[in-house]
Amino acid sequence: MFKKLAIGAAFALALAPASTFAAGGGEQHIEDYAFSFEGLFGTWDEFQLQRGLQIYTEVCAACHGLQYVPLRDLEALGYSEEQVIAYAAANFEVFDPELDDFRPAIPTDHFPANTGVGAPDLSLMAKARAGFHGPYGLGINQLVKGMGGAEYIASLLNGYTGEEKEEAGTILYENKAFPGGWISMAPPLSDEQVEFADGHANDVEHMSEDLAAFLMWTAEPKLIDRKNAGFVGVIFLTVLSVLLYLVNKRLWAPHKGKARKD
Amino acid sequence: MSGIPHDHYEPKTNGEKWLHSRLPIVGLLYDTLMIPTPKNLNWWWIWGIVLAFCLVLQIVTGIILVMHYTPHVDLAFASVEHIMRNVNGGYFIRYLHMNGASLFFVAVYIHMFRGLYYGSYKAPREITWIIGMLIYLMMMGTAFMGYVLPWGQMSFWGATVITGLFGAIPFVGDAIQTWLLGGPAVDNATLNRFFSLHYLLPFIIAALVIVHIWAFHTTGNNNPTGVEVRRGSKAEAEKDTLPFWPYFVIKDLFALAVIMVVFWAIVGYMPNYLGHPDNYIEANPLVTPAHIVPEWYFLPFYAILRAFTGEVWVVQFASFITGGIVDAKFFGVVAMFGAILAMALAPWLDTSNVRSGQYRPMFKWWFLLLIVDFFALMWLGAMPAEEPYATFSLIASAYWFAYFFVILPVLGVIEKPLPQPETIEEDFNAHYGKADAEATPAE
Repeated sequence: MFKKLAIGAAFALALAPASTFAAGGGEQHIEDYAFSFEGLFGTWDEFQLQRGLQIYTEVCAACHGLQYVPLRDLEALGYSEEQVIAYAAANFEVFDPELDDFRPAIPTDHFPANTGVGAPDLSLMAKARAGFHGPYGLGINQLVKGMGGAEYIASLLNGYTGEEKEEAGTILYENKAFPGGWISMAPPLSDEQVEFADGHANDVEHMSEDLAAFLMWTAEPKLIDRKNAGFVGVIFLTVLSVLLYLVNKRLWAPHKGKARKD
Repeated sequence: MSGIPHDHYEPKTNGEKWLHSRLPIVGLLYDTLMIPTPKNLNWWWIWGIVLAFCLVLQIVTGIILVMHYTPHVDLAFASVEHIMRNVNGGYFIRYLHMNGASLFFVAVYIHMFRGLYYGSYKAPREITWIIGMLIYLMMMGTAFMGYVLPWGQMSFWGATVITGLFGAIPFVGDAIQTWLLGGPAVDNATLNRFFSLHYLLPFIIAALVIVHIWAFHTTGNNNPTGVEVRRGSKAEAEKDTLPFWPYFVIKDLFALAVIMVVFWAIVGYMPNYLGHPDNYIEANPLVTPAHIVPEWYFLPFYAILRAFTGEVWVVQFASFITGGIVDAKFFGVVAMFGAILAMALAPWLDTSNVRSGQYRPMFKWWFLLLIVDFFALMWLGAMPAEEPYATFSLIASAYWFAYFFVILPVLGVIEKPLPQPETIEEDFNAHYGKADAEATPAE
């Protein structure tokens, strides 16, 4: 009986996703970073998310928006309500149709959209890119590592080779992680660009990881809740399966002879 | 219910009699639940319950999602993010609905191939089979329109490509496409009608499911031997069957719980595994994604659609004799729908009078090849439209049609079947031994 169930399970697993079959363009190099939120019980590193927010605010926000993220959600990063109010007012202005004018942002506003230079919104970037497709293109390693969007972002920020070229009036920068190898975004981070209050390392590599972790949070703020719900559900359903197995076995026993092996 | 003789509901108290003489609903439920079911059903027979569960899961989660979703091109994408971030438990409801669609199709494909192997489509169960195919078609329509609703890049471009298929119909294609879309291109009108139909179709599916169940409750279930239940008397029938409740309800619930363990692990730990990252980018009519790939459950038929290019002689021949009216694009569309129609015609294409594949030594291998072919097509559907995949797709598509239109009719004539058991009881006892408690039944 379990042999047949196993065949069924193998059948289901063999239905690998379309995305893993899709051929990627160019030679991409995605580094596998060990983020704190990976694995069965992984969770956010609040200090890392706070550093990531600081990098976003001081560097990325110049060109990129986070339009789907409400500012009030920043309390999940370990800030108090007052800190969020102060952060919103100090950093962002939003257009208020009632005033017909701009005013300082309050926590119920979202991070502003930023379409000034045509840079993509970063709210969902960590889910709009997939870094992991293995093993053998099956993508099963996503079960413990996630899609690898955060890995893609960190690899991209670390992936600049220093080469540049001009094409149709645009400067393109060579990047090992970008599909096709040439990206129009200039290297955004440089060593010691951002000063952290706790004196944490601020070289490009560390900052890339912090920012990638923060963008994973903006893309999937309920990531940890989701994994917890999944874990509790799996445990509950496993117990339920065992109980139903025993009920089923007992129910059928009088109708099956002793010739049966198990 | 006609068919296999069994006990019927007898109202006992005055209250029960009062109700029964006015509305025999308890009797209907009793007869439905207590239907005599062949006791030798194996684990491939559990997917019907899984499918019923999926339909309920999708309707319940879907109704909750609708409470928070906004079907408008400017707001749809943001409203999905609202569900993911602000609605209590919204992220889980949405991921259940998203992955529920995949579970639905895993279940329906196993259910269909089970029917194809054990000959469940053969007389007298043709109607059950045809209703099932209609349900499958409706599922595909519902899933396709549902995928458009989040209004991501893959939603938009998938809708553009698939509705474009109708544009391939000669003479009236463009008009039909415009009528389907509600305009010259995929836009707000399209999103609104897809939303409306995505809500409607599941209820039509639910109605068809009732007819599907009604049909096979009339003929009785098929079973792994394909041998019919003895119907001479109630005592005889009881040797071959056990009532659906509790024996098969508990068995099916056990299987469902095991499947739910896997499903819950996927929803909790890799909910985007079966999706496409591009759908987390809002739809943009000005930017075409590098690869437009349908959801995995459409890939086999998408591969058949793309296999028939202008270089294939059959296509050139069809184009020649119709004076160019049937071009490669239209041929592909006909082939895709034809591949599904071929399955629907199986009851009349299969000439063998042996029902179960277990007793058909040659059929077994051709059937196994069909399963391999199905997975090959699924893989090819995700590959870029270039060599060598184009040739492989053509070979795999050809086998799909050959199986139904050549192999099934011919095998019935040339194959020498193995001996079948006389009764279901004989088969059951051969597997599990003769029951040692004949005198003390469980009820």
